[in-house]
Amino acid sequence: MSERDETFELRPRIIAWLVVGIPLAWGVAQVTIKSAALFQ
Amino acid sequence: MSAAGFLDRSRCIAPPGYDRWRVPPAALAIHLSIGQAYAFSVFNLPLTKILGVTAPVPEDWKLTTIGWIFSVAIVFLGLSAFTFGRWLEEAGPRKAMFASASCFGGGFLVAALGVQIHQIWLVYLGYGVLGGIGLGLGYIAPVSTLIKWFPDRPGMATGLAIMGFGGGAMIGSPLAVALMDFFKSSTSVGVAEAFVVMGILYFAFMMFGVFTVQVPGPGWLPASYTAKRKAEFGATPAVPTIGTPAGRSNAERRPMAKDVHVNEAIRTPQFWLLWVVLCLNVTAGIGVLGQASPMIQEMFPGGVSAQAAAGFVGLLSLANMAGRFVWSSASDIIGRRRTYMVYFALGALLYASVPSAGRMENATLFVAFYCVIMSMYGGGFATIPAYLRDQFGEMHVGAIHGRLLTAWSLAGVAGPVLVNYIREYQINHGVAKGDAYSATMYLMAGLLVVGFVANWLVQSVHATHHYNPERGPMRV
Repeated sequence: MSERDETFELRPRIIAWLVVGIPLAWGVAQVTIKSAALFQ
Repeated sequence: MSAAGFLDRSRCIAPPGYDRWRVPPAALAIHLSIGQAYAFSVFNLPLTKILGVTAPVPEDWKLTTIGWIFSVAIVFLGLSAFTFGRWLEEAGPRKAMFASASCFGGGFLVAALGVQIHQIWLVYLGYGVLGGIGLGLGYIAPVSTLIKWFPDRPGMATGLAIMGFGGGAMIGSPLAVALMDFFKSSTSVGVAEAFVVMGILYFAFMMFGVFTVQVPGPGWLPASYTAKRKAEFGATPAVPTIGTPAGRSNAERRPMAKDVHVNEAIRTPQFWLLWVVLCLNVTAGIGVLGQASPMIQEMFPGGVSAQAAAGFVGLLSLANMAGRFVWSSASDIIGRRRTYMVYFALGALLYASVPSAGRMENATLFVAFYCVIMSMYGGGFATIPAYLRDQFGEMHVGAIHGRLLTAWSLAGVAGPVLVNYIREYQINHGVAKGDAYSATMYLMAGLLVVGFVANWLVQSVHATHHYNPERGPMRV
């Protein structure tokens, strides 16, 4: 597989993971901030 | 191409060389959405003042009335998974995920109408019945698909999807709060408007999963797995044995050597032992999860503020979500049976130790114990599909998983009732609030010991139950 082909294969995978990863990361960040209150 | 054609199983068969790591995001899109159900409690207080807006008036719904919305949804999750599991295997994941998105998103819209005209039965019908059906379909469809894509790491794959269900609450809760804040006015608490927006948003997000989900092509197996599989099944038909010729349903494909038909699976002791395993693991976790905030405040009076208690609940959610992926992935290495042995043995030990942590006034130890307990509660959910796959093969794993989820429905109703009843009984008999949880903890430890025995009794399914296409779907 050429370098160009690998880039082509990788891009949809990255996009797909970003679509679900960004909302999940936002949710985890919200909860982590809230959890910090336990240690204050 | 018609819309119906696009949803057909035959239209979502992956071409040769398809990157299987593009499938988990499709599963996560569904699970992150339906996981919102765990965050439904953020609507509880606003729903008690729909008419009064600033404070409840006598005509407003009571908390006990509102509490049934979540319970109905969980019951219908189990019922729909039970009823439609077999259909899902025939129809394919794309159609099932589309039905899930329609029911879950549509359920929000019907519930919004119920809130707007203040008819609780419409909220039960919308979020409870319709939404619950969406939950059941959406829960099992991606799991069954990922098991087929990752036969070499089924625990990791299902853990990834079911982790999304745990993570869904983390998105759903702040999203709901932000939307209600945005829409609230002098005449509205903003719930109906938030329901409409969430229904549309979740439908759109789930459609990403519908569009991107793929099933493995005929005879597909990961290269690294082929040699192992040949060794496992010896002289059984040459690889590929799990191929699905394009356009043929899952039931028509050639079975694995260990495949068990769904109707046969429920006749085996293994199915019912695993049903007990899931039911007890969920019962032990779900009741306490719902009481985490008041529990830590009452066990450490004056030491833990309401804000810190909310932080504790958040930490438990993180442990629950992380446990789904970590424990389930670990089960690929140490084995499913051993993993559940750890859940039950360590869980029982920790539950029995929680009252001591309370008496020692050691909040750090208390929090640490609960984080581990909740990680195993999540792990129990995530590991069960791979356990079913080990026992019954891949052929009907979605349908069998669907039938097993009735254990969740029962535990979802029984767990909180049990915990609340014991607590009330203790308090009514003069036990201090902080000590009233001790009996509950010991009971939970006892339930986990029973679960340990049930799991210990699980042995491999006898070969007489294995599916043989020449004899038909049932053992003769």
